[in-house]
Amino acid sequence: MRFRSYDTEGFYDEMFDDACRPRPGAQLLLETVESLSDGHLLRYKHAAERLLLQMGITFNVYGDSAGTERIFPFDLIPRIVSADEWDHIERGLKQRVHALNAFIDDIYHDQKILKDGIIPSEVILSATSYRKQCQGLNPPWRVWCHITGTDLVRDRDGRYYVLEDNLRVPSGVSYVLENREVMKRIFPGVFEGLSVRPVTEYPSRLLEMLESIAPSQTTTPRVVLLTPGIYNSAYFEHSFLAQQMGVQLVEGRDLIVNDGDVFMRTTKGLERVDVIYRRIDDDFLDPEEFRPDSLLGVAGLVGAYRAGRVALANAPGNGVADDKVVYAYVPDMIRYYEGADPILPNVPTYLCWRDDDRKYVLEHLSQLVVKSANESGGYGMLVGPHSTTKQQEEFAAKITAHPRNFIAQPTLALSRVPTIVGDHFEGRHVDLRPYVLCGKEIYVVPGGLTRVAMTKGSLVVNSSQGGGSKDTWVLSRSAESRDRGAGPGVQGDAAGEAGQEQKQ
Amino acid sequence: MTKPLLSRVATSIYWMARYIERAENVARFIAVNQNLMLDLPRTYGDQWQPIVDTTGDRAFFQEHYGTATEEHVVRFLAFDPQYTNSIYSCILAARENARSVRETISSEMWEQINSLYLLITGESRKTVPEVLPELCHHIRMGCHLFQGITHVTLSHNEAWHFIRLGTTLERADKTTRILDVKYFILLPSLSDVGTPYDDIQWAAVLKSVSGLEMYRKCHGRISPDKIVEFLLLDSEFPRAVRFCVARADQSLHGITGTPLGTFSCMAERKLGMLRAELDYAQVDAILMNGLHEFFDALQTKMNTIDECILGDFFAQKPIARSAGG
Repeated sequence: MRFRSYDTEGFYDEMFDDACRPRPGAQLLLETVESLSDGHLLRYKHAAERLLLQMGITFNVYGDSAGTERIFPFDLIPRIVSADEWDHIERGLKQRVHALNAFIDDIYHDQKILKDGIIPSEVILSATSYRKQCQGLNPPWRVWCHITGTDLVRDRDGRYYVLEDNLRVPSGVSYVLENREVMKRIFPGVFEGLSVRPVTEYPSRLLEMLESIAPSQTTTPRVVLLTPGIYNSAYFEHSFLAQQMGVQLVEGRDLIVNDGDVFMRTTKGLERVDVIYRRIDDDFLDPEEFRPDSLLGVAGLVGAYRAGRVALANAPGNGVADDKVVYAYVPDMIRYYEGADPILPNVPTYLCWRDDDRKYVLEHLSQLVVKSANESGGYGMLVGPHSTTKQQEEFAAKITAHPRNFIAQPTLALSRVPTIVGDHFEGRHVDLRPYVLCGKEIYVVPGGLTRVAMTKGSLVVNSSQGGGSKDTWVLSRSAESRDRGAGPGVQGDAAGEAGQEQKQ
Repeated sequence: MTKPLLSRVATSIYWMARYIERAENVARFIAVNQNLMLDLPRTYGDQWQPIVDTTGDRAFFQEHYGTATEEHVVRFLAFDPQYTNSIYSCILAARENARSVRETISSEMWEQINSLYLLITGESRKTVPEVLPELCHHIRMGCHLFQGITHVTLSHNEAWHFIRLGTTLERADKTTRILDVKYFILLPSLSDVGTPYDDIQWAAVLKSVSGLEMYRKCHGRISPDKIVEFLLLDSEFPRAVRFCVARADQSLHGITGTPLGTFSCMAERKLGMLRAELDYAQVDAILMNGLHEFFDALQTKMNTIDECILGDFFAQKPIARSAGG
């Protein structure tokens, strides 16, 4: 398969620049792929699919009566991130997560950021994810977001923007780890000559982080992973991570709060639990504290947490920062808590209740996506470029009448990566979700999940709507100096040396 | 610090093991019986009904299928999703159990169960299933592979012991059933004694437990009494009831940590008693008192052991809450 006829079609392409030359770091990949004989690449593709099926790397589709699991579609062509780019992203993420943690801690203590008028109080205090029960709590290291999955997109201008922060129960890291495994098993030759930073560290770092938040009275903390069970769409990841860390996977019914401590029911009686990595939303966590009809949680768990007898990751109540409207204020948070401008910018977001923003939105409706500011989302959505003048006029009226209910963002031209389509390559839109671990220290796993919209022209990368994923390669600096990406047919000195050793 | 085993996980892992063993048994049954058909003359009558009888689910079969033809019995035993003990259902159940304890078993074990699952679901969707002996062979080998992988990739810890406990109890149960049904059906009728068909039938009983070759090494010529002795009381043959019960007992003690010969729970006591009974039994006495009575008593004892295991390890016990909460 050749890239000769590949067309970037004006989008920012992760592998090729405007002149269709491979970017730094992509030259070797290009050569490896093009050196395969006919049909070889497709054979690898099928082998990868079989392996995924065999390994049972699936997700559950709700509502499917056969309870079928589906393979999360996987494409062999990786997305490459240069060392410099990654440094930039990593710094930006650390800054952002640090600010978010400071914000949440502030909200549950003195609320200085509200008193200083940076964010309107009612935006925060009226959100359902603001949990009064958490007011005044002091989780270890004052960390509320232990595991964060921040979605990044790259626009036509080549800049990375933060699309969304997922702070509650972010998922997908298991695909990052398994995708790398699949590549290593099916297509090891593709790594030839390159130095791609490994991702295998994640489970041990995760465990380290979890152990670091254990209540102080334990020297050998017992960590467990709390899952809603096998019918949850992310169950594979729960059991995978538990297995990789060597910790017990538990369901709500395996735990019991007795005399203030949390225990699990074993064949030999009760064993105390110190840290719970919970993959259950706040609402279902504890019938005594939140939804009383929840069968998934543990009665008294939040009480034990408040008393400092057990640690919970992520901390209950952190959802207050995981919200469309609060998102718009994160750059302000960064300025407020970090005293610096954000390294990674937000996608420009206009809040219609701010006069300047509203004016801009009403003047540019045909170019913007207007969304509901409320969680219930009942006010509809306008996709400017795909709307009629009449629809725009109707929406303008709604915005003017109820500015409180709307936010707007420009439509983005997401970057693309070459993807195997039939017998050739086509560009498909991608995003990137790196994972940030925050305990005593902050760690960002190199790369993250690259989700790809498998349908031509689609910007929707969700698994439930036909999305798939790719392996994400962050190159180490030594790799860069070897591959200067000079273009097909032209070999840089170092690239030539590495290229000669290519195997199938 | 040894990782404790959740009661729920112990239950799932135990049943995963039992279902895999059960699936292998059914596959073996079908294969042996089909093979037997090819050697017996057509006048010999129907051999498929006894298979249905061995399952103990004659009523279900009768209701859903009627006559015991090869096609019906194969569909019933191999692919029927409504029948809890079909190969299909057993493998699905084993996999569901494995999926819920995926972090306790090794990834190789999981991949192997998944392969079995893909095999049986793939076959069940075909309008013309793969040639039957081939399919049974693949299922059996798949199950053996799973057991071998378990032996070699899973630490021989409490989880491993629950697996062995489930496997050996299931095995003992199946051997007993085969003998129970077959023996009485094959009781020599006057015209058959000494004919090659008699031997063929008995050989089939032994093949049903993969025991023909080992039997011959031990006892030589076929004799019903010796077969009973071999399958019930042999201390070395892996499917002999005594062997299975001994291994089950070992694993139970491996779980509790109590020394062999003593007991710390009801399951240990009952299993220990059964083991002792089999260790010191003599086939002549069994035959004199009635083989069928012996089987009945054996089944009852095994059912009791099942209940004790449930009560001792799997059931959720009420906790006495203190006032502090």
